[in-house]
Amino acid sequence: MSPRSFALAVLLVAIVGAPAFADARTQAKEQVEFGIAVAQRGLWKEAMYRWERAAEIDPGYAAAYNNLAVAYEHEGRFEKARKAYEKAIELDPKNSMIRQNFDLFKEINDRTKGRDDR
Amino acid sequence: MTAQRVATIVSGVLLVALAGCTSFYEIAVETPIQPKLDVSGFQRVLVAGFIAGGTEDVDTNLETVRLLRSQLQSKSSLKVIDADVLPLMEIAIEQSKTPTETGGAADGQQEAPQQITKIKDEKDLQNFERIFANVNFWKRIGEEYQNPLIVTGTVLFTPHQRSGFVTREQEVWDTFGRRRTVPTRTYTERKGFILRPKFIFIDGRTGTTMYSESFREEILYSAQQNTPALSSYFELMDRLLPSFLSTLSTQKIRGTRVLLK
Repeated sequence: MSPRSFALAVLLVAIVGAPAFADARTQAKEQVEFGIAVAQRGLWKEAMYRWERAAEIDPGYAAAYNNLAVAYEHEGRFEKARKAYEKAIELDPKNSMIRQNFDLFKEINDRTKGRDDR
Repeated sequence: MTAQRVATIVSGVLLVALAGCTSFYEIAVETPIQPKLDVSGFQRVLVAGFIAGGTEDVDTNLETVRLLRSQLQSKSSLKVIDADVLPLMEIAIEQSKTPTETGGAADGQQEAPQQITKIKDEKDLQNFERIFANVNFWKRIGEEYQNPLIVTGTVLFTPHQRSGFVTREQEVWDTFGRRRTVPTRTYTERKGFILRPKFIFIDGRTGTTMYSESFREEILYSAQQNTPALSSYFELMDRLLPSFLSTLSTQKIRGTRVLLK
């Protein structure tokens, strides 16, 4: 394959794939926003479900994992919270808000070392 | 249209635009901390008494029992047994005279408790610690109170003095009369107290120790300040009560996190 045809192929994939990606992100964002709205009303289980859905729809969406981690933390599921925070940081390493959440979580998690993750 | 009106409209538009662009929300969370001990097998808790030492200004055994009982009454699901406080120090001395009792007679390594009239430091306390390993004794106490979870241990509350440099904020005014604060280091004589409790949780059904945890808290005041020992004791106990309670019951830690869009 010549460099020109390779570049053309890449461009084609980008053009065809872009709407699909944007669509997944839009759907995931809707789930995330709904999750935030219900979490603000104290409905954490519902929020957790929404953010899990968002992460399934768009596995590259850092905000979904961050929010999911907060929900797990609120429910006392520390191991799951840690994994979700780590995933969020992996996806968006420069996001200071995710890092701040994770630092606060670690502070509490250190106190509970040796206890069950329920 | 006046300039003021334009400014109002512009700030309104900006506010609406900002609200639309908000990509994060601060939210209050309550993180549940699971208890360190599984106490599901107990319905009742007996705060039996403590081997206490240090200052004579506070009856540390009595005050610790009273404080822990009242905290457990309001913050744990266990029924708190209201019984006389055990004079553990006297019991330990008695036990050391009877060699047949487990953890009784002195083994030559430590000073026999009957030779100690007053507990002044941690070394003195160690001589009494064998009482906590006396399974038969605690089993008997357990039988007497229908197999509760027994809370006991040692509490050392000692006066303390320390002198050294302390950094303080000092007010200064510049030539224009503006006030500002600058950190200054001054040599200060300070006095206060150190509280060293060790909480031991004993299974009243078997007499064996399930868990124990030690703490150390310290408070210092200016040497001129006259703070009663009892106030200092409560101030220090107040710091470690959440840790004590989290051994037996689920505690919730309040905080805030950021949700992202």
